[in-house]
Amino acid sequence: MATETRKESPHLKRFHYTQDVAVDKPFNWQQLVRLLEYLKPYAKTILPIAIIAMLVSTVVRIVVPILIGTVAFDMAIENHDANLLMQLIVGIAILYGLSYIGNMVRIKYVNLLGQNVIYDLRKHLFSHVQRLSNRFFDNRSAGSIIVRIMNDINSLQELFTNGIINLIMDVITITTIIIILFVLSPELAAAVVIIIPIMFYISTRLRKNIRRSWQQVRIQQSRLNSHLNESIQGIRITQSFAQEKENTEFFDGVNSDNYANWKNATRKSAMFRPFVEMSNAFGVAILLAFGSFLIINGNVTVGVFITFALFMNMFWEPISRLGQMYNQLLMAMSASERIFEFLDEEPNVKEKEDAKSLDDIEGHIEFDQVQFAYDEERIALHEISLEMKPGQSVALVGHTGSGKTTIANLINRFYDPTKGAVKVDGHDLRDVKLDDLRQKISVVLQDTFIFSGTIMENIRFGRPDATDEEVIEAAKVVGADDFIQRLAEGYETEVEERGNILSAGERQLLSFARALLADPKIIILDEATASIDTETEVKIQKALKRLLSGRTSIIIAHRLSTIRDSDNIIVLEHGKILEQGNHDELMEKQGEYYGLVKSQFQMLDDL
Amino acid sequence: MDIFKKLKKYYWPYKRFLILSLISMLFVTVITAAYPVVLQLTIDEVIYPGNFELIPMIVIAFILLMSIKALTVFTQQYLGDLFGISTVYNVRDDLYKKLQRLSFKYYDNAKTGDLMSRLTADVEGFRFFLSFGFAELLRVFSMVTVSLAVMLYYSVPLALVTIAVMPFLAVSVYMFDKRVHPAFLGIRRSFGRMNTRVQENISGMNTVKSLSREDFEIGRYEDKGENYREHYIKTAKIWAKYMPFMEFVGNVSVVALLAYGGYLVMQGSLQPGELAAFFSLVWMFLGPLMNFGFVVNMFSQAKASGERLLEVLESDLELDDRIEPKGESVKGHVTFNDVTLTYVEDDDEALKDISFDAPPGKVVGLIGATGSGKSSITQLMTRFYQPDKGEVLIDGKPTAEYSLKDLRQHIGFVLQEPFLFSTTIKENISYGNPEASMDDIIDAAKRAQAHDFIMDMPNGYDTLLGERGMGLSGGQKQRISIARALLINPSILVLDDATSAVDMQTEFKIQSALKEVMHDRTTFIIAHRISSLKHADEILVLDDGEIVERGKHDFLLQNNGPYQRIYDIQYQDKEAILGKQHV
Repeated sequence: MATETRKESPHLKRFHYTQDVAVDKPFNWQQLVRLLEYLKPYAKTILPIAIIAMLVSTVVRIVVPILIGTVAFDMAIENHDANLLMQLIVGIAILYGLSYIGNMVRIKYVNLLGQNVIYDLRKHLFSHVQRLSNRFFDNRSAGSIIVRIMNDINSLQELFTNGIINLIMDVITITTIIIILFVLSPELAAAVVIIIPIMFYISTRLRKNIRRSWQQVRIQQSRLNSHLNESIQGIRITQSFAQEKENTEFFDGVNSDNYANWKNATRKSAMFRPFVEMSNAFGVAILLAFGSFLIINGNVTVGVFITFALFMNMFWEPISRLGQMYNQLLMAMSASERIFEFLDEEPNVKEKEDAKSLDDIEGHIEFDQVQFAYDEERIALHEISLEMKPGQSVALVGHTGSGKTTIANLINRFYDPTKGAVKVDGHDLRDVKLDDLRQKISVVLQDTFIFSGTIMENIRFGRPDATDEEVIEAAKVVGADDFIQRLAEGYETEVEERGNILSAGERQLLSFARALLADPKIIILDEATASIDTETEVKIQKALKRLLSGRTSIIIAHRLSTIRDSDNIIVLEHGKILEQGNHDELMEKQGEYYGLVKSQFQMLDDL
Repeated sequence: MDIFKKLKKYYWPYKRFLILSLISMLFVTVITAAYPVVLQLTIDEVIYPGNFELIPMIVIAFILLMSIKALTVFTQQYLGDLFGISTVYNVRDDLYKKLQRLSFKYYDNAKTGDLMSRLTADVEGFRFFLSFGFAELLRVFSMVTVSLAVMLYYSVPLALVTIAVMPFLAVSVYMFDKRVHPAFLGIRRSFGRMNTRVQENISGMNTVKSLSREDFEIGRYEDKGENYREHYIKTAKIWAKYMPFMEFVGNVSVVALLAYGGYLVMQGSLQPGELAAFFSLVWMFLGPLMNFGFVVNMFSQAKASGERLLEVLESDLELDDRIEPKGESVKGHVTFNDVTLTYVEDDDEALKDISFDAPPGKVVGLIGATGSGKSSITQLMTRFYQPDKGEVLIDGKPTAEYSLKDLRQHIGFVLQEPFLFSTTIKENISYGNPEASMDDIIDAAKRAQAHDFIMDMPNGYDTLLGERGMGLSGGQKQRISIARALLINPSILVLDDATSAVDMQTEFKIQSALKEVMHDRTTFIIAHRISSLKHADEILVLDDGEIVERGKHDFLLQNNGPYQRIYDIQYQDKEAILGKQHV
């Protein structure tokens, strides 16, 4: 192994990946009850059918060994009673037939149950997440949210499919077998059931230990995978800086750690079955010795002995499954804790019960003494008052962190102000219906998100009920039609977020078409800073004019040309308005804005 | 089998694990079959004849046998696993080394998702077969053979009755496997589609919220969720159809056994203990057969996985790096002589007959529309690609005559997309020069105008960046990647649209700092903004892979060419804004 280089290499810590810590959650009954509530809709339909089917096959499984031992051997064969044997065979055949049907029904219905519950739960979580506010998404990476919706819910699948039914089945099986054994022969039963606690002990304790070491392996593995993923995405940087060797040393370290952990876990796992075999053998040995002793004394018949022998083989499976069940429950606990954490999250921006609907608006916006803080120490806006008239275009100018984006986010009611009020056409935003408000406002973001699907579908995202003609019309107005027509399949071309079919400029045009289709009264635009070549830039400027005409528009502006054409320019710094007015007024004033413009051009001439 | 032969060098060094594991497996099988024999002996030789003095011997023999079994169960499983994971350790190492060296051309066509699934799922599929597959295959054969042999030894006619159900079982195993694997594939695909849906929704949440499309999104999700549920239930139905049937077939065999065996016992041609043993033996015989389909499927999946791994391991490196690094220094004199480049065969040329000369100290500006070939020129200097015609010389020597390490260590690249790794800011800046001192790192950061905002962060240079540099603005990421390039103290610096997200004042400061550092070295600037490259000693205007115009800014302004047009578009603002102000 590469242990030698590991000690020497200085590159073992060159990357850091967030690591989960393996902790066992204490068993939480309340949480389990809450989880089981998802079974309720099926408590009178699927669940009882599954349980009855399960009972049928369990009963058959327990009854047949008794029949074979005590009836077939002790009565029929012992007494050469061919007739009884015949009847018995018919009886067993019928039982097996019943068990066959029971099994079919059980497998079908437990899966129906499990899948329906999982579907409901995931839908509930997904819909809930849709309603959460931006603040929720600000604090979390997309990956961590996706993991909860997909993986955490999936890890409950087995619990709801087979877990609960098997739990009932196994408890019934074990107790019934023990009772039967005691009825058949109390002495022999008492002797062999000694192995049950031993098996339980092995199944829970040893397994817990094994599970911990596998958790360790999984954590290592996810570290290894994170690095692989990143090294593929950053390969061009790695090769430009000739860091292949150094990275390989890092990977060697991760790979060796992973190997060592895996070896440890697999060694522990491999010890599990031998222990089980031995405890089982111990039980059989007791049966052989004590059983024969009892037969000599005439306390037990040969048939009972055979029944015991057949049942001995049936102990392990349910006990093992119960042990597994315990592990499964622990895992389900930690998964459901994460799921419930999301479900208990309340949207910060909530609609009032008696919210007014907002039909037609003019597009008049007013900020009345608005203060906003993302958290207590960080005040983003200091009691700002401003007015945007219908149809006016307003440019927000200032450095990163000056409050431009915050103003835009408040108009859209992504957040609520900490003090003061934001009003549209005189209505406080907190009094109107959220959907109505957002339907009147479109936000065009700097990083346009492209959903996988056709171009047509992507533009239609702005208004799902738009016809093909309307989509194409919108594309034409913003000047996107040209490049779309040039694509191999036109509007039916499949695109995706990470695909490279569209350039940055083309994506921008698509988002304009999307916004135009939504036909909002108010547009909020975050001007792109991405690299766009000059020809495309010209097209974007033209499209912008068409998009904004007749609407109130708020532009987080970066280009002087956009700023100059605005009706009102608001210059912000540290959450305060420094000055406002149109271009000519501000230039005349020779204030902050004048300095900004002047210095930009001066710098260019100095170079 | 060819695939396993090709991958032999990864697993054959561990053949002793495999062989010992397989030997253990044989022990396990034989001893498992001994359980019914012990039962039979106890009933027939001890209990019925009343030879109870044999009991201690049987019990001791049994415990002894089971101890051996426990031991071999352990070695079989542990060594089998070890065989798999040791092999995979080697495969991973080789895959990683390969990935580090594959060319840009390879990555142009590769998808991260596809590569990742090879590195994870296929590696795992291959390991699974090595760890369990071989042993499982042997187990099925040995179990069936041994249990059949014991049955035949006890009673030929009864054994024949037992195996009479085999054809039914074989047919249902075959049918089941044929139907269940596509169904499982269906579940996986459906899950994948649902995953993509959710992933897009969460990543595009800003877009969803700003257009108020939550309900629409819930509807789109539900389709996928329902589809997943349907796929799962469909598979469960296949399961419900065949699994109970297979068990039923085994049970029919038990009933037949009881009828015919009971008759034989009554007749006196079979011992009761032998009949009891048959009830265990029948499941030892039928159980592995039910598993046979699973084993076969595992084998074919391992083959497919191995093939996909080989595709990566055997892919062409495109360029060979046989020259040993000599620690050669590079002054930075770049010369292109009639260079032509084609990315994909039969495609149009990306560069056509490009020639220029850039001695140390010179600043070259590259401008042109997206796809005009600006980046291609710079990527030829580092040999990310190789020219089809013409030569690329560094200090008068063709790039192919340098070792890649020597060459690339002297070229500082700032790529269009400022990729940062998940590590500290400090490690990110020193990525190309891990030995750099803290002073040098701070110095580079200051020149790239990154020092101030780094110091504003809670942990300064030790701040950890998440995947893809989360938490930093585009401009900040660009500045860190400029610092990263400066820290290797490059003789040639390439800025590929490196300041597009940086505001003008900061860009100006960066340019002044660069002017100072790069005065005796070569700089290439790719940009769309004229302000970023107007100070260049030579500006190359590219269109469709050709240089259509070249010269200094002042000359190009008078040239009535594309440069002048770009200038006019960008600077009509200036005139409109400043014209009447007389600044």
